[in-house]
Amino acid sequence: MPFNILVAACVAYVICLFLVAWVVERRADRGQIGWLRSPLVYTLSLSIYCTAWTFYGAVGYAARSGLEFLTIYLGPTLVFIGWWWILRKLVRIGRQQRVTSIADLISSRFGKSNLLGVIVTVIAVVAATPYIALQLQSVTQSFGAFASPTQDGFAPPDTESTAIWVAAGLALFTIIFGTRNLDAKEQHHGIVIAIAVEAVVKLVALVGVGVFVVWGLADGPADIIARIDASDIADWDLQPGRWAGLIFVSAAAVICLPRMFQVMVVENGDERHLFTAAWAFPLYLFAMSLFIVPIAVVGLERLPSSANPDMFVLTLPLAEGQGTLAMLAFLGGFSSATSMVIVESIALATMVSNHIVMPIWLRLRPSQAVSGDVRRLVLLSRRFSIAAVLGLGYAYYRMSGGSTALAAIGLIAFAGVAQFLPAMLFGIFWRGATRVGAALGLSVGFGVWAYTLFLPSFGPNAVIPAMVFVNGPFDIDWLRPRALLGVDSMDPLIHSLFWSLVLNTATFLLGSLLTFPGPVERMQSAAFVRVFDAAASGPRGWSRGMAEPEELLVMAQRILGDDDALLFFEAEARGQGKLGYLPDPTPEFMARLERRLAGSVGAATAHAMISQLAGRAMVTVEDLMAVASESAQIMEYSARLESQQSELTRTARALRDANEKLMQLSVQKDAFLSQISHELRTPMTSIRAFSEILTEGDLPPDMVTNYGRIIHDEAKRLTRLLDDLLDLSVLENGSVQLNLGLTNLGEMIDRALAAASNTKPERSFLIHRDLPMENIFLRTDADRLVQVFINLISNARKYCDAATPELKITVRQRAGRVTIDVIDNGSGIPSVSQGIIFEKFARLTDQTRAGGAGLGLAICREVMANLGGTITYLPGQGGAAFRVSLPLRLEREAA
Amino acid sequence: MARFRAPLFVQPAHYRLRRRRDAARLLPVVGAFLFLLPILWAPAQSFRRDTAPDGIFLFVAWGGLIALALITARSLSAPGAPTDRDPEDEAEAAFDADHGDNS
Repeated sequence: MPFNILVAACVAYVICLFLVAWVVERRADRGQIGWLRSPLVYTLSLSIYCTAWTFYGAVGYAARSGLEFLTIYLGPTLVFIGWWWILRKLVRIGRQQRVTSIADLISSRFGKSNLLGVIVTVIAVVAATPYIALQLQSVTQSFGAFASPTQDGFAPPDTESTAIWVAAGLALFTIIFGTRNLDAKEQHHGIVIAIAVEAVVKLVALVGVGVFVVWGLADGPADIIARIDASDIADWDLQPGRWAGLIFVSAAAVICLPRMFQVMVVENGDERHLFTAAWAFPLYLFAMSLFIVPIAVVGLERLPSSANPDMFVLTLPLAEGQGTLAMLAFLGGFSSATSMVIVESIALATMVSNHIVMPIWLRLRPSQAVSGDVRRLVLLSRRFSIAAVLGLGYAYYRMSGGSTALAAIGLIAFAGVAQFLPAMLFGIFWRGATRVGAALGLSVGFGVWAYTLFLPSFGPNAVIPAMVFVNGPFDIDWLRPRALLGVDSMDPLIHSLFWSLVLNTATFLLGSLLTFPGPVERMQSAAFVRVFDAAASGPRGWSRGMAEPEELLVMAQRILGDDDALLFFEAEARGQGKLGYLPDPTPEFMARLERRLAGSVGAATAHAMISQLAGRAMVTVEDLMAVASESAQIMEYSARLESQQSELTRTARALRDANEKLMQLSVQKDAFLSQISHELRTPMTSIRAFSEILTEGDLPPDMVTNYGRIIHDEAKRLTRLLDDLLDLSVLENGSVQLNLGLTNLGEMIDRALAAASNTKPERSFLIHRDLPMENIFLRTDADRLVQVFINLISNARKYCDAATPELKITVRQRAGRVTIDVIDNGSGIPSVSQGIIFEKFARLTDQTRAGGAGLGLAICREVMANLGGTITYLPGQGGAAFRVSLPLRLEREAA
Repeated sequence: MARFRAPLFVQPAHYRLRRRRDAARLLPVVGAFLFLLPILWAPAQSFRRDTAPDGIFLFVAWGGLIALALITARSLSAPGAPTDRDPEDEAEAAFDADHGDNS
């Protein structure tokens, strides 16, 4: 086929893609996203994993190493059917933290460290160069294979200039495609759709060739199986180390490759798409791999042995005269290469501009953070980065000679990006992973990979002198690039993979265990590891009022674009209840703005830019933590104050109660004084009157006797009253002398009943007693206790208002204490008065009580207190009931 | 932090959901086992021509895994079924909090 027609076909194809992307971007701008963000499109965009390596290289791989090519697709299959473990978490983190690239993810996880961002970017760029070279090589070879037979039209250039043209064309295409605008969240709807279209083209082309081979050239599957057995491929032997190692490295690569991360995490529109991609993407890989071996077998059979097996997909239909199918295959391969180059270089350019160019520029011209045109700078740096990445790829292609098998080149890139795996996996699953550990691990892994695989891939004497391969550097034998520590029996790839990842992980773990993470790092680690915990949130480091909202708006406009920035600010202002476009620079707003900016320029840069504006007085997390501990102290202090206050309240209430009681008592005391003066006055008056009569003489003897008796009785009453008062004061002072001895309780009650029968002797009481229970010997002051009983019984005799009065005395003994209940069947004491009957001077305003001074029960209480017991009123016993409780054996100390 | 107390028994629906998650977690392990099996029966020393049977085995296993992944993913994405805040997840979070550093 003429070369110029091929070029025209490619250009037409690219223009078609461009139109698709353009239409989609237009629709997306109008908000009509709809099916553009469907799980199917997401899955198809993931197929960017299948590059020209798959399309061309897999057949060559199968022709050379049998089924080993399958490992490259089995690894990703494991990752995707195991999406619940890693992908789910990665996608959630990516969406929550607005991650823009894998460098951003790692930098953000380890405290927004720019150093890590730089390391990851450098590794990614270096590891991508062989991969991009692979695409250039395959496209160049496909041009060579397709265009060479005929010479009409203008002659095909030689392979080197073809490669240059391909690289330049791809760079131009990518720049036009990928850097037209700076998206808020680094999502490219148009490109995603274009990639999905290319995925379909790839699949249709490869399956088309496969179907043609199986049913056109062979007689169906059975025939193919027979041919496989007959071919050289059947001589292939599985090498266990390579088999397991390649499955592992491809599984690692599918999550670590910058372009896979881009489509899988950054371009992810909805987490639920994973539910579909989990099985649909492995299905796509399955379909892509199904016909590889048949094509390889039939190609080996039919094509001359000099034919490059990497090009069988193209040359087989061509040799069979199927021009259309060959054209389709050519476009499929072209699709594979272009989609990979576009996304890879966009992902790398984002990383370079966010983690290398912007930080340097900010360092050099900090004042320009506000006024400079950041948008243009970012776009410009990305365009240059794209060109540089493709330039590096071309340089690799030239240096490696352009003749190596495609798969071998691809695996070098896979082993390179696999160095991200420890930092990434430990980063999202282990909170103890630290920045120092990640930096050390990545550097060591990268160094070992470069020394043992990447640099040797240029061939002896290109970078590493041939002597080093044989004798080691400086003749140190155990440092030979292909035989570290003398391990020379391993396959070079597995050797490099093994040593780089082992040393990478070991230094990473050791560094993490030995270092202490900074505050931002610790917060980020919590936000990443516990991403499914809704409460976890990123650190907020901005203080209120440090930045002018207007300046923030100006800066945001430079990055997000005028409309987006204004919309964002207006929404924020509305959220704060303000009109206009200038919200208050609250810490929450600043944090959201930072995240938003991070979506465009990366976390570290966004942080740095806002800190330029927030000025020197920027609050670091360390400051915040100091403030937090200070406020914790204040909170503790206020809690203490609060408890003190509640204690004061309690005391005040107690005081109020006491005061009330005092007032009550004071009133009672006044009442008592008037009563006592009355009580004292009445006998005194009669004593005085009768003694006056007696002094006058001339009285009949019986009257003298009578008057004398009255005077004697009244004097006795007075004495008794004064005795009571004295008694009470002695008891209250606690200076009473107790006369302890063993006495029978029944006898005491007998004495009390006998003594009390003097009170109101005209009333006859029915007495209920429990004589056996009363037969207890108490060690106590018998006279005092009898006094209490007498008081209670005579009270009952005095106040029981029942028609047939009864008195019940029950005795119980429990746990070294004796309780004696004295219960009558009268109307009892009203509950309002129950509280004060034991108070001194307490008197119920009851006519029948006029005879007492209200000291009896108060004395009882004091006596019982002195005897180590209590006396209480028992409510609800059907009458007045008192319970006397005292210890069985009163020890003298307790007295 | 208030310590989360996982209930000892959960409702049958919830129990099934947890087992479906277990199945999703288990799937890659099964896959890895199947994909590594050829190492056992196809050592480099053998001279049998077993590329075609190996390939058929791998593709059949592959297809089976895809079907299983389809079934588990479908059952997990059934409406209302998957919630991120599940007692089990919280128990895991509590585990992290207990065993991670206390920042």
